Formats: sequence, C-alpha cells, structure tokens
Amino acid sequence: MELIKNPNLNFVGNRRLAYTISIIIIAVGLISLLVQGLNYGVDFVGGTLLQFRFNREVEVEEVREALEGLDLAKSTVQRFSPQEVIIRSPKLSSEEQDEVEKILGEIFGEVELVRVEDVGPAVGADLRRMAVTAVLVALLGILVYVSIRFEFRPGVTSIVALAHDALVVLGMLSLFQREFSAPVLAAILTILGYSINDSIVVMDRVRENLALRKKGETFGELVNRSINETLSRTVNTVLTTILPVLALLILGGEMLRDFSFTLLIGLIAGTYSSIFIVSSLWVEWEERKPLRR
Amino acid sequence: MRRGNLPWRLIVSVVLVVISLVVIIPVKQKIRLGLDLQGGSHILLECVDTPEAPVDSDAVKRVVEIIRNRIDQLGVAEPVIARQGERRVLVQLPGVTDPQRAVEVIGRTALLEFKDENGNTLLTGAHLKNAQVQYDRFGRPVVSIAFDEEGAKLFAQATTLNVGKPIGIYLDDNLISNPVVQEPIMGGEAQITGGFTLEEAQNLAILLRAGALPVKVEVIENRSVEPSLGQDSITHGLRAAVVGALLVVVFMIIYYGWLGVLADLALASFAIFFLAIFISLRATLTLPGIAGFIVTVGMAVDANVLIFERIKEEYRAGKTWRASIEAGFNKAFHTILDSNITTLIAAVMMFYLGSGPVRGLGVTLTLGIICSMFTGIWVTRALVDFFAEWIKFEA
Repeated sequence: MELIKNPNLNFVGNRRLAYTISIIIIAVGLISLLVQGLNYGVDFVGGTLLQFRFNREVEVEEVREALEGLDLAKSTVQRFSPQEVIIRSPKLSSEEQDEVEKILGEIFGEVELVRVEDVGPAVGADLRRMAVTAVLVALLGILVYVSIRFEFRPGVTSIVALAHDALVVLGMLSLFQREFSAPVLAAILTILGYSINDSIVVMDRVRENLALRKKGETFGELVNRSINETLSRTVNTVLTTILPVLALLILGGEMLRDFSFTLLIGLIAGTYSSIFIVSSLWVEWEERKPLRR
Repeated sequence: MRRGNLPWRLIVSVVLVVISLVVIIPVKQKIRLGLDLQGGSHILLECVDTPEAPVDSDAVKRVVEIIRNRIDQLGVAEPVIARQGERRVLVQLPGVTDPQRAVEVIGRTALLEFKDENGNTLLTGAHLKNAQVQYDRFGRPVVSIAFDEEGAKLFAQATTLNVGKPIGIYLDDNLISNPVVQEPIMGGEAQITGGFTLEEAQNLAILLRAGALPVKVEVIENRSVEPSLGQDSITHGLRAAVVGALLVVVFMIIYYGWLGVLADLALASFAIFFLAIFISLRATLTLPGIAGFIVTVGMAVDANVLIFERIKEEYRAGKTWRASIEAGFNKAFHTILDSNITTLIAAVMMFYLGSGPVRGLGVTLTLGIICSMFTGIWVTRALVDFFAEWIKFEA
C-alpha cells in the first residue's frame, strides 16, 4: 500500500505560506498565554487537590453549593467522572481537608477521598527550576549533537523548530486551559526529543543527496527533493506514534488526558515543523549567506 | 544469511525472548507498582528551624528514626523512610487508605508536657516508658502512660506538690486534659482522659511510644491515592496500551504487508525485552511510566518504517530483492541512530534531573528507545533474513 506516490510538492517554494500558518497559530497561543495564561496545577504553584468519589452522580454545582459554608473562596470544583469531582484550592491543612470531607459526607451520603495532592510552595519551586534546567540542557544537548553529526546551521534551525513546537504546545495548553502539571512537562520534554527525529531524517537525506548532487540543481531544489523523498517515512513514523497516543487520549482515562493531549499537539506541530520549517529556514540561511552553491 | 548457514541472529533472538519470558512471568507479581497505581501515600517532610530547636544533622537523623518507629506501629507493609538532602525526609507508605491519619501521626512533633497552674513545666514525654490505649469504667478510650524511673520520681514530686490543684497535660502546646490531682501518685503510672475517639487515642499512644521529634517538621508534599483509583488507572492504561499496540500492528500489516508482520513480531519481542529489563532493574511502574511505554510502542516501529521505506526505494531503483534488503538495513542504520540519540538526550535529562512523574517517564522512555533500537534493527533483520526465502517481496 502506498499513501503518497512519488510526491513532488514544493515545500521550499511555498515556505512563506508555511511560515504564515505557524505565525498565526503561535500568535493565537501567545495571545491566550498573555490573556488567560497557563492553567498551572498544584505541582507547580502549590496547593491542595482533593478528589472525592460519591456513590451517585453529582453535579459540580451541587458540590460548589455544599462547600459554600467553608472558607474556600479561591477553590475550583471540576468534574472528573460522573461520580467524581476534583477540588483545587490553596493549601489546606489536614484538619481543613477533614472538614471538607465531613461536609460532603453530610450532604451527599457516602463519600470517599480517593486522591490527595498537597504540594507546598518549596516543592513547586523545585519543579519550576527543574523544568527550566531540563528544557535548556536538553535543547543544548540536541544542538550540540546535531551540529557535530550534521552542521551548525541545520542544528540551529532544528532548535528554532523545537522552540516553535514548544510554543505551539504551550499556546494550545493555554487556549484550551489544560492543566499544566508535572506529567505535561514530561510530555513536552518527550516532544522536544522526538519531534526532531523527522528533521534528522530529512537532513540525513540532504547530506546524502549533496554527495551525489545533480547538475544545475540549486540547494533549495535539492532540499525540496530530499523532503519529498523522505515524505512517506516522515508521515508513517508519526502516524505509528500518533495511533497509540490517540488510544491513550481516548481510552487512557482522565488522569492521562492532559498528558496525551500535549503529546498529540506536540507530535503534529513537530511533524509540521520538520517538513515545513527546519529545512526551509536552512535554505533561507544558505541563500542569504551561502556556504555552498 | 547465506543458504546453508545457520540463522544465528534468529537463534540468538529466540533465546533472548525465552530468557526474558522467564524473567517476566508472572508479570503481575514481578512488576513493582508505584504508589499512584497500587495506592498509598507519598509524603515529603521538611525539618524547620524554631527559636527553641534549630535543625542540625543529628536532629534530622533522629527525626528519621522516630518516624520509622511511628510508621512501624501504624502497621504499614514495606514503607520507605529516607532522608533526602539536608533537611528533608521522604516517606512512602504503600497501600495506606487513610492518608490524613498517616500525616497526623507522622508530622506531629508530639511533645507531651505536664504543667502546673502557673505554666511551669513539671515533666515531659521524654520520661515515658510506655503508652497504651485502655478504656475507663464508662468504656471510653483513654491513654494510660507509664513513666521511667526518673519520670516516676518527678511525677510523684509533682503530684505531691499539687494536691487539689490541676495539672495541665499539653500536646504540642495544646491542652488536651486538665485533671485535678486528688492525691499524690507514686507508682509512676497515669491516665490521660481527653474525650478521645478510639482513633485519636490510638494515634496519641503511637506518638507517645515513639517519642517526640527533636525539631518541628512540616509536610511539604503529600500525594495519596486510594487503591481503587490506582486500579482504575491500571485498567485504563492497559486498555490504551492494548488498543494502541493493535492499531500499530494493523497499520504495519496494511502498509507493509509481510514485512509488516515481521515488524510486528519484532514489536512483540520489544515489549517482552522491555518488561524483562524493567523488572530486572527493579524499576517502579507509575502511570506516566505506562504512558511512556505506550508512546515507545509507536516509536519502536519507527526504525522499521525507516528501513522498509529504504528497502522499497532501493527496489524501485532497480536492485534485486536481496540487495535491496541489504542496502535498506545498512543505509537506514545511521538515520535511526541519529534520530534516536536526540530523543535519548531528552529522556536521559528527564531521568537525571527529574523527580516523580518526570523521572518515571524518563526511565521508560530511555529503556524504550534502547530496546527499540535493538529490536527494530537486529531482531527485524533476523526475521527478514530468515523469511526472505519464502516471502515474495511486494514493493
């Protein structure tokens, strides 16, 4: 079976269109980040998360009303499953947690506290520091590796593409107000490492084609040919990774929803940037300040 | 493989699969589940300075000991109590269903003080020998305490001096009982009646037996999951893993035909090797770990996609079937290596710098990438070489 037969699409030639699409998506994300920001989970900002299970279906509104008597002004109530809700709040002491459980028990009958996440500000700060360090070190490591194995320029454009992917993901997380938690951070790091794979496949082919360059072929044409030649493997490797991620998103349960959402957006953005951005930027660079002709 | 030669790659692969199967069966008993899957509490404590008791290394050491004592008395199986860094103590309690209680028992300073009317401390819980829950004549739970030798003397003295007056019993500066002394108590034993519930009395007895913490501790992180919720996560994770893997298996067969079937066999061996190494390393499976595994299933066939696409390309360029296979594997090798190493850089970063879920994902991802390179290249090669005789190539 063949999805794409001998493709000859002009990726490099239409790069302005690709840039425009990326810029629009990133701009939408950035506006959302500025206006509503990221929906940080207790992992990052500290606080208390309580998950209760009831023995009947409950509405978020009912739970909110039930808690009105308590001083939980800054808390949010969210549905987890038909019989479960999550209450997020600034840090609650264990006595206050007991009180919440007691009041819910009085109103709804049997309730069970099935999950507690109680994170102090120091732990959240640790995670933020770790997040920044991990992202920077990973990016640096990738830049160094690609520069050594290939060239400095594609190394740099790959990093630009990774920044693109990260911005798209963060923007979408903000736009859809998905919770930014430690697993979501892990998903972003995974994307940084994985989404460059497709760029490498293309760069690898560019290197190979440079050795057997056709007469009169410009660098842009050669890169475009390389993208086309590797297109079906780019698409297929991503498809085989997206399929399990989709299964995870649909069947993996609420606990992994935000994680799989992040991965899915990241995979799509990563493939897009590998095909449309990395090599085009490289061509752009070569055309302005040629190292080779 | 040349005709007549032993298919040694295949033999090695099969032997490895068999060994791995021995390692992993029965999976349910052999795999270590994280607290988020089996249920339990993960509690991080930090020792904090107070004007009366500044934190030093010795104090943290004693905190660890006392907390271990308290937890032993709670009856938790396989707890982890470990010092982390200078001032932190990590406590992991598998299977605990009442995290609030655990936090109350672990995090309390539990300084017991007996004070006279004027607030002078007469003696403290440091002189206790034992503490137990008993019932008074109304059937209410009380905590009866026994002092050591010196404590008995001090207590006798205190009760002698304060006949007819109250002696306040304070726990961490909270008055829990304020009995009036009827007559001097010489035997070194006493009862604390504080209108306790049974659980409160039990907690107090545990705290008093294990002793007071030398410094104040704060709970800076508490993550607790009810075992039933952990079971839900396992169910969902497994379902997603099975469906995700099936989708990949079907995709490979539809797209690559017979080669796809071979890639799927290699994928099965990937899952087996992965589990075998995971279990051998005594790694702990967490929910993000399961997610990471599912993702690596998708990544594991990437190597095969790269190889098969290359084989097709070489075949289209006019090479023979056999030469195409040879070239496909050889030329795709560097691409596979380069692309996997960048993912590995990110995965190792998560494993090395991260904690909790980030680290969990880092572990499975690292392992997944390494295993998948082996199965994607080596095992697939073994299978393709072996079956190339029988299978007609369809480009």
